[in-house]
Amino acid sequence: MQENNSIGIIQAQTAHFNAPLTLKSGAILPQFDLVYETYGTLNADKSNAVLICHALSGNHHVAGKYAESDKNAGWWDNLVGPNKPLDTNKFFVIGLNNLGGCHGTTGPASINPSTNKPWGSAFPIVTVEDWVNSQALLLDYLGIQQLAAVIGGSLGGMQALQWTLAYPNRVRHALVIASAPNLTAQNMAFNEVARQAIITDPEFHGGDFYAHGVVPRRGLRIARMLGHITYLSDDVMGEKFGRKLRSGEIKYSFDVEFEMESYLRYQGDKFAGEFDANTYLRMTRALDYYDPALAFNNDLSAALQQATAEFLVVSFTSDWRFSPARSREIVKALLDNERTVSYAEVTAAHGHDAFLMPDAHYHNILRNYLSKVEV
Amino acid sequence: MQNNVIITNTNAPMRQDFAIIANWVKPKGKVLDLGCGDGTLLKYLRESLSVKGYGVEKDDVNWLACLQNGTNVIQMDLEDGLSGFEDQSFDTVILSQTLQAMHNTEEIVLEMLRVGREIIVTFPNFGYWRNRIQILTGNMPVSKTLPYQWYDTPNVHLCTIKDFDNFCNNYKIEVLERKVITDGSDVSIMPNFLGNLAMYRLKASGK
Repeated sequence: MQENNSIGIIQAQTAHFNAPLTLKSGAILPQFDLVYETYGTLNADKSNAVLICHALSGNHHVAGKYAESDKNAGWWDNLVGPNKPLDTNKFFVIGLNNLGGCHGTTGPASINPSTNKPWGSAFPIVTVEDWVNSQALLLDYLGIQQLAAVIGGSLGGMQALQWTLAYPNRVRHALVIASAPNLTAQNMAFNEVARQAIITDPEFHGGDFYAHGVVPRRGLRIARMLGHITYLSDDVMGEKFGRKLRSGEIKYSFDVEFEMESYLRYQGDKFAGEFDANTYLRMTRALDYYDPALAFNNDLSAALQQATAEFLVVSFTSDWRFSPARSREIVKALLDNERTVSYAEVTAAHGHDAFLMPDAHYHNILRNYLSKVEV
Repeated sequence: MQNNVIITNTNAPMRQDFAIIANWVKPKGKVLDLGCGDGTLLKYLRESLSVKGYGVEKDDVNWLACLQNGTNVIQMDLEDGLSGFEDQSFDTVILSQTLQAMHNTEEIVLEMLRVGREIIVTFPNFGYWRNRIQILTGNMPVSKTLPYQWYDTPNVHLCTIKDFDNFCNNYKIEVLERKVITDGSDVSIMPNFLGNLAMYRLKASGK
């Protein structure tokens, strides 16, 4: 994208909440901080707010940079900015870091006020429902009664869906992208392998590694490598790396031989250096647990009866971790309830990662949909 | 990409086609338009009859056009059937000038009867005299309603009015109404010879 429609230099902010929050598990968070960023200007009747919900490893830094010298802009910078598909000339966009996160919002690495030590293993399990409840508190804090739209991909899409169920009167449009109404056994299985990699790392120390001054890097690294495999399609991996050798010749060793290995190790290392292992465990659990139909006898149509928002559901043809079939389940449940819904199945090679890519047709869909959202 | 071609005929007979369809659709009813193109028909039905409309469209460009004109549109391939739609969940299911481009022709009509209480099917009549003359002179017909050469046509299951009547008879489909038009005018005499566009309002027998 062109430099001239970047949101520019932005700053993260922190909202502090003193009232205890009761979580779905029954656990209570006595107080918490939510770190967030906003882009654009809230209009006079506060009707132009759009909430972006992040996925597994995302955070509040959606767009822009903290300093000109930053190498990378926010994780969805290709979407958010002036004249971009989510146009900050029109909308007031909010990104936040979810509870249990590791980018400033209260999470396992934060100090537990009752012990004055990091929460570690004592930090409760948080759910999609808890996140949406805390996001609603953030809206209260910002004085916003109703969202023009909520948007999210993957785990973020589950939050967007949950918004329409928990707060139907507080959201007019939901954009549910590359998501699912719950995880399949296979999808949960990947999460379990990732967690086992972390939990069995000797430096995990039952989740209380902070006190030991170590980080379960090996576990996190493997968890992330596994994740990356499932976010890409076979085709794209083939195209990107194929069987290319790192040094041009086989060395008969277990060092990096193939380019693909180099990529996975790089991604794993980078992630292990910046992400919290306890957060990763909780994010994957939130994915596993989300299942709005469960309380309705596994009848998703009955569960979605509560939703009154207008929906845009988008999936990607090569996404096998959150396949189009799963998005179609959401669409069917909305159709069964005669809700306003459009569904796009975008032809894309990039697998699950496609939802973050600036594919022209995909962005056109979002741009056109959002241009119709009244503020 | 030939499968992506959806016929969106926007010439004058199509307008006539819309008006007749509108007469057959219940005001404020729930309508599903299969192969809805750019959503023009649904927009027309929404504006003239306040229907709750949904379109099904496979092509990206048409899909986007639907979104732009405010039509609810579901991107899927009709050849896969209508498994995303419940039995008898729509007042009317429409297949407008798309039947002839379907591979699973029987399946889509039966699926429409499952999902819709009534269905509307329109198609270019291959028995139209101008088509017959072109065949007699040794060519595959090319016309305003069949604007393709034999080698680039998406139309794989062209039929005549007589063929379709037989089809309905074989599948015990009740013909509630039939209209045949040519250049916007009703054709009542020798419809299978003089009619260009055939329009049927149907329902499953015994319902």
